[in-house]
Amino acid sequence: MPADFTFQQYQQELTDGRLTATVCGKCETYTTPPQAVCRNCGGTDTKITEIVKKGTIRTFTVIRVGPEGTQPPYIVALVETQDGPWVMGNLLVTDPGKIGPEIIGKEVEISSQVVKGDIYAIENLNVLTFSLV
Amino acid sequence: MREVAVAGVGMTKFGVSEKTNVDMFAEAGLEAIQNSSIEPGDIDALFFGNCLGDFEEGQMHMAPFAHSVIGLPMSSPATRFEGACATATVAIRHAALLVGAGVYDVVLAGGTERTTIMDTPMATRTFAMGCHAQYESPTGLTFPGVFGMAAHMYSSKYDIPLKKLKKHMAEVSVKNHFHGAKNPKAHFPKEITVEKVLSGPMIADPLQLLDCCPFSDGSAAVVIASADKIKSMTDKPVFIVGTGQASAGPLNFQQDLTIVKTRMTSIKHAYKEAGIGPKDIDLCELHDCFTIAEILAIEALGFYEFGEGYDAATKGETRLGGKGVTINPSGGLKAKGHPIGATGAAQVVEIVEQLRGEAGDRQVDGAKIGVVDTLGGDFGTICNIILRRG
Repeated sequence: MPADFTFQQYQQELTDGRLTATVCGKCETYTTPPQAVCRNCGGTDTKITEIVKKGTIRTFTVIRVGPEGTQPPYIVALVETQDGPWVMGNLLVTDPGKIGPEIIGKEVEISSQVVKGDIYAIENLNVLTFSLV
Repeated sequence: MREVAVAGVGMTKFGVSEKTNVDMFAEAGLEAIQNSSIEPGDIDALFFGNCLGDFEEGQMHMAPFAHSVIGLPMSSPATRFEGACATATVAIRHAALLVGAGVYDVVLAGGTERTTIMDTPMATRTFAMGCHAQYESPTGLTFPGVFGMAAHMYSSKYDIPLKKLKKHMAEVSVKNHFHGAKNPKAHFPKEITVEKVLSGPMIADPLQLLDCCPFSDGSAAVVIASADKIKSMTDKPVFIVGTGQASAGPLNFQQDLTIVKTRMTSIKHAYKEAGIGPKDIDLCELHDCFTIAEILAIEALGFYEFGEGYDAATKGETRLGGKGVTINPSGGLKAKGHPIGATGAAQVVEIVEQLRGEAGDRQVDGAKIGVVDTLGGDFGTICNIILRRG
């Protein structure tokens, strides 16, 4: 992993409003969230870049029974970003309990919000959020 | 590699137990040792599976205590394995590899889990530790949620209306409960109906309560021995003829959740090692943690083409006596139960009893070759073991 692309820096970039990825010097594939090597070719010649915070919902679920500390219902979704990488996050809508499969294929904008840690995982973390365009 | 076989098996009833993790393992482990006509002192090593003992009992480092409670020799080391829900399969595979390599001759392998001591929110939280702690768990993702996403993707990709797919998914649950009703060690040995599945509370869309396996307590263990040692231990050896294991990262990198590439990679290795293919399999114990999970598994294992396995249970093909591979004659995780650290060992126990012809009312007639398929985490670990009647 490039020394300056750590999970902590990815988190700081999210706090500052940027979604970052590595771009591979060999095959030009974007990788996010951070990995030590290019997801496509395993190359280590990678540079940090900002990617477009837009994408398409590929699948989702509405969590109705959650882990302790959560407040269901809420939506977890996988989004394919415009630049290629897929990311996981929470789709924010006014009434998550009423969302159905019609949202698959819909365009979203990507942002983030802070989720507080719990007794098992004490760090507060930025988690990606999606809003329907 | 030397030939390796299962000499004996043991298993507690799955369900809600008052026993500790170690006490449950003692019951299963000693049964496996007795079933192999040996003594604890004959065991060369313990390959021990447990996932959440740290949270269930505040017990890290459980392996040496499991070793101690059944009186294994100090010179026979105990090692804990953890591969989420595939834990015990990974332990058994590595036991078979080291016996095959000649490092040990006779080993005990299995696992134990005591999940019901945790309430549902705590169990849901600790199970979710099998997801990525930075990129997945903070979204509030749960395991029903992982497979809910897979089900939505399956419906969308193959253009099968969700309502129709859900009915076929419910048939998987009905079929596994039909089998489980014949298994006295099952957590829920009773039959259910499609209507009951489709009227249950929603857990993670589109999965309802009876699409999901339960939280269970239980333990299972097997004795594995080299072919030359096995002759004095049993007249019904069951040979481990192929194994496989594969690993992958978080779901965002796996992308297409309908094609479980880890499973395809693992089973390809196991089939190759065994010199067989999916057409040679008589029965399979696979990872039906959720109804959609069984559909994904029968496709990736090669029993059905991708996008065509969804109505196999509805057609009766995967049921006892059906024309296809009999899937989960034990009742599967759905009806037999899912004490995660023990599940893979219980799958091996079922295949061994089936291949010995000892499965009673749920016996698959003429079974010669069976496969175990266990999934850990969100498709991040898959482990397969192929067994053949001796």
